Amino acid sequence: MSDVVEKTLTALPSLLSLDSQPGSAKLSSTSKLGNLIRGITELTSKHEEEKLIQCELSSIKEQVSSPNTTMMKELMVRTIYCEMLGYEASFSYIHAIKLAQQGSVLEKRVGYLAVSLFLNESHELLLLLVNTVLKDLQSTNLIEVCMALTVVSQMFPKDMIPAILPLVEEKLNHPKEIIRRKAVLALYKFYLIAPNQVQHIHNKFRKALCDKDPGVMTASLHIYLQMIQENPEGYKDLTASFVTILKQVVGGKLPMDFNYHSVPAPWLQIQLLRILSLLGKNDQSTSEIMHEVLDESLRRAEMNHNITYAILYECVKCVYTIHPKSELLEKAAKCIGNFVLSPKINLKYLGLKALTYVVQQDPKLALQHQMTIIECLDHPDLIIKRETLELLFRITNAQNVTVIVEKMLEFLRISKDDHTTIDLVGKVAELAEKYPSNHYTYAPDNEWFIETMNTVFSVGGDMMQPDIPNSFLKLLSEGFDSVEEDRKLRLFAVNSYISLLRGEPGKLPQRFLQVISWVLGEYSHLRADLEPALVLRLLAKLLDMKNCSSETKSWVLTAMTKLCEGGSGVSVAQQVSETYGSSLDTVLRQRAQELQHLSQDSELRARVLPRGAGLDRSLTYCHNLVQVDSSLSFLDGFVSEALAAGAAPYKPPHQRQEELAGTKALSLEPYGLSLPISMSSCITDRQSPTLLSMSSGLSATLKLDGVKRVWGREGYLSQKEPVEEPAQVEVPSPLRSPSQQGEADSFHSQTPSLTPTPESDQEKQQLASSLFVGLGSQSSVCLMGKSEPTTQRFRRKAKGHSTASSTSEQVSNSVISPPSTVDNLLCNNLLDSNITSELAVSSPQLTSRLSQGLAATNGTCDTDTELPESDRKESKPAVIRDSYVVAADPAPHEDPDRPKDLALSSHLPAELSELSHSEITHLCTNQNLELSVCHVQKEDSLLLIVFISNSSDSAVQQILVCLFSGVLFGEEAFTCWCDVVGIVSLLISRVCCRPLTVSTEEYGTMWLAFSHDTKQNLTLISDGQEPLTATLNVLKRRLQLHVVEIIGMEGIVACRLLQDQPCLMHCRVHAGTLAVWLRSPIPDLPDCLIYHCQRALQGH
Amino acid sequence: MQFMLLFSRQGKLRLQKWYVPLSDKEKKKITRELVQTVLARKPKMCSFLEWRDLKIVYKRYASLYFCCAIEDQDNELITLEIIHRYVELLDKYFGSVCELDIIFNFEKAYFILDEFLLGGEAQETSKKNVLKAIEQADLLQEVRHLIKITPN
Repeated sequence: MSDVVEKTLTALPSLLSLDSQPGSAKLSSTSKLGNLIRGITELTSKHEEEKLIQCELSSIKEQVSSPNTTMMKELMVRTIYCEMLGYEASFSYIHAIKLAQQGSVLEKRVGYLAVSLFLNESHELLLLLVNTVLKDLQSTNLIEVCMALTVVSQMFPKDMIPAILPLVEEKLNHPKEIIRRKAVLALYKFYLIAPNQVQHIHNKFRKALCDKDPGVMTASLHIYLQMIQENPEGYKDLTASFVTILKQVVGGKLPMDFNYHSVPAPWLQIQLLRILSLLGKNDQSTSEIMHEVLDESLRRAEMNHNITYAILYECVKCVYTIHPKSELLEKAAKCIGNFVLSPKINLKYLGLKALTYVVQQDPKLALQHQMTIIECLDHPDLIIKRETLELLFRITNAQNVTVIVEKMLEFLRISKDDHTTIDLVGKVAELAEKYPSNHYTYAPDNEWFIETMNTVFSVGGDMMQPDIPNSFLKLLSEGFDSVEEDRKLRLFAVNSYISLLRGEPGKLPQRFLQVISWVLGEYSHLRADLEPALVLRLLAKLLDMKNCSSETKSWVLTAMTKLCEGGSGVSVAQQVSETYGSSLDTVLRQRAQELQHLSQDSELRARVLPRGAGLDRSLTYCHNLVQVDSSLSFLDGFVSEALAAGAAPYKPPHQRQEELAGTKALSLEPYGLSLPISMSSCITDRQSPTLLSMSSGLSATLKLDGVKRVWGREGYLSQKEPVEEPAQVEVPSPLRSPSQQGEADSFHSQTPSLTPTPESDQEKQQLASSLFVGLGSQSSVCLMGKSEPTTQRFRRKAKGHSTASSTSEQVSNSVISPPSTVDNLLCNNLLDSNITSELAVSSPQLTSRLSQGLAATNGTCDTDTELPESDRKESKPAVIRDSYVVAADPAPHEDPDRPKDLALSSHLPAELSELSHSEITHLCTNQNLELSVCHVQKEDSLLLIVFISNSSDSAVQQILVCLFSGVLFGEEAFTCWCDVVGIVSLLISRVCCRPLTVSTEEYGTMWLAFSHDTKQNLTLISDGQEPLTATLNVLKRRLQLHVVEIIGMEGIVACRLLQDQPCLMHCRVHAGTLAVWLRSPIPDLPDCLIYHCQRALQGH
Repeated sequence: MQFMLLFSRQGKLRLQKWYVPLSDKEKKKITRELVQTVLARKPKMCSFLEWRDLKIVYKRYASLYFCCAIEDQDNELITLEIIHRYVELLDKYFGSVCELDIIFNFEKAYFILDEFLLGGEAQETSKKNVLKAIEQADLLQEVRHLIKITPN
């Protein structure tokens, strides 16, 4: 800030003692406005102010309506003032319009201002302004034209745009740059409110972009930013121009006027950086154009002023959004570090925010700053704390979830802001359900889960998303893998709720009470020593509470109906039913009636409310539905009608939220293999499938498949083999870069060396170790969203591993790299249908691994090795998993002159040589070994054949083959299959898809039965034919889908994977794109398939 | 930018500019809540706030708070500089500005704002150009005024 301002503003308070000296020199003491303002400041109560203003307004009203008033401008200013104070003066709106229409220039200006302040663009009076604007746009007076353009850029009735569009367009050629600039902004406004109205003048935008005046050019960037946001593909050709402009700006080629604190045109720079990041996202060649200028920007922006920080921040975001370049990433990471470590709180906040963006791609950054993050957790400013929690939420894994959830709950208890509470409560519930059992901390899992949910319910109260209690109840009722564990969990919930009810139930929110009564009604019988009558009495106490809503009462009565047995129990029930039998609330009265009848007839009760029937019945019962049609099929007609009419497809609330959150974060797009990227980044912008299935499970409907899968396995599998876990985690990875490696190691040993501040106390150290656990070793795996399928496999592997562990350990740790890293690689492969190119990239890594493996086995080997592929059919998963060590028979050495392919294929076993096999892909070589693969497609399975040829002259004694599967589907059978395909992770679709021949009717029934779905728009292909048919034909050809039927603009398609796992696809042409909706019983299949559809169509 | 509010340390609104269509009732509610939240914050705290689904960027100049609401993807720091540039413009125009200038000449403050930000976007970032535009409008008005008076 300039010194002058500083001085004046600090001197201000003395000037401001209005009460003591009302006639300061600054006041225009004669004006009526001055009088009004002074009058108001002298008042002491709100009531007096109201009286004064009402009086003022009625006097204004009188004066404005009298003809020939000369005070119009002054009156209008006073009205604006009254409106600002919060008093309505709608009578003056029409006068404001009149003033803009008829007044002198001086009055016009105030008139326009009043209009822009009083009305918004949907106000009906605005129509009256159109003529005035038209007239002023044609005026020869520049000021009038400016005023008209200014008001148009702020608000204009959408329907009237065509009336003035030609005039505004004309102004783009005006000799005065201020007019051109305002015209561009007016067009921007039109674009925002009615994009199709200005579609035909896109070439004029280009002209504005090339305007010789930097102001006009800057203004045109607003339009471009918007358009590129909507369709980045359409403007790739402009990248070079934007880069050139940015180069010129950064190089200081603009007039000095545009400097701001000696930084050239910062607003322009930031706008350009935002545009560039949109253009470079997922586009390597476009990104390469901008690398140089980004580097320049990062270099030029020296750290000294807020404005350079603003540019740096935007640069960092851009660098992390576009196709990565390691040098730039390094610099950007350094910048983030500077931000985070800055003593300036605003910069610290932005640093945390940037860290939150990039942490999924680059978890080690969070590790670097762990102590700062810990400090921020205790920051007195809640905003900083909140942002830190957001960051922690993104790095949550099974190992640190307890600590992070605890921190979040701590924050929730002090937060007073509803919006934050709702958001955080949702996140805690999500985490609690995702990682319900936690064997890393020695806390009993059930306790932790129930207690966390208790806090969620009491803090979140009645504000939280309704699907949180719903999905909690579903979890509880559907149970998990083990009956015994289910029983324990429910029992724990019952105990916990009983003690809550014995305390002060009056303080609990209604939603929580509803949950409590349902659980008690359903499961209190699990506690043998608990008299039903006691529970009934506790429940009856709830009914007597003053603040108990009738909805809660109805839940309570229902619970009582389930429990009323035994002498004393029935008498309590009778009492209650008598009280509510005459209730005015019909629902309550009905419940009371039911209670009365069923408490008397225990046989009937057992039939109506069978114990342990779980959620379906109870919810049905509660909601007065006769039968639950969980697919809501009776609405399908309605839905398809609405969709046909152009309605947006339904998304459950959590998914919507996630999508919002998704736009917040930086790109999570695949980056190829140029740097070690976390797995989560391989999932394209559809977001992590796990998250999706998670959230759809949490949705308000009764679907539960997602939830069950997510937490069942996670918890119980791990409990069975907790001992083996740590050993696995510690295995160092040969694939990681040395720096990362070092970090992970130092992190693991938990030595003080990782603390930037040695004096920081031990407590923080401990917190750090509990918060950042798992980030280092499993770098990519544990990050949010992708964690549980990986850990799951991880654990399963540990089971098999135990048999072979001695061997593998003896050989070398380096051969068995941690699953995380390999998964990472695999995932990349998996998602890419162009397998050969991917393999080319991955082979160096394989080579390195291979060579290390060889080094460990001393390179003593003399045979070609073929893996006995018959062992690897999915029918024998156990064998596969355990077959880490495959000793091979010596076979004749290959003649090196023979064509490789032929040579290798001759080694195919006889029973397979008849079948068609894929081209043999060469994976990697070092001087001793060569690795090639191919796959053979059988009717019922897919075989992977790995050829290992030894080209050295020493003998191979032992070969260790590790296969790691990519993340595919949650289903057991399928995972086994993946294990086989493993290392090459063949494209699921082209290889494993089989057309599924069904009739339209069968399709209909299947459609309703499947629970996992995905929707997305695909590009249509039109080569002469009708686009839908053409597109479907391409898909059919490329992915082996079966087109069931095409009806008009819609088509249905079916396919299946091996093992007869179907996936159905519904396609509809809508607004130039193909809206597809996939459903399948297998959780991630729709996501996978849609990806391959995209690829197939792109490649076409 | 979604809106801009200027209010005093006592919580009195001095200027409001809304770039998104909202009903009066909503505007009042937002203003009341925001003024309360911002005034409750301590001087050394972060200038950014997460509020509902918006980001609030505020800065205090003497007794006056300048408060902008932006969307999540917008740059907080540059918004802070927008506020500062606006203060600089006011300062230049009024010649060391104080709250009273804005109270008694709030329509001028609006005119300056409209030359600087249009429809929620920075329209002209050159200080000279903004002031030139305002001065021209002022000047022309005065000339017209004189012409109107002289013939009589």
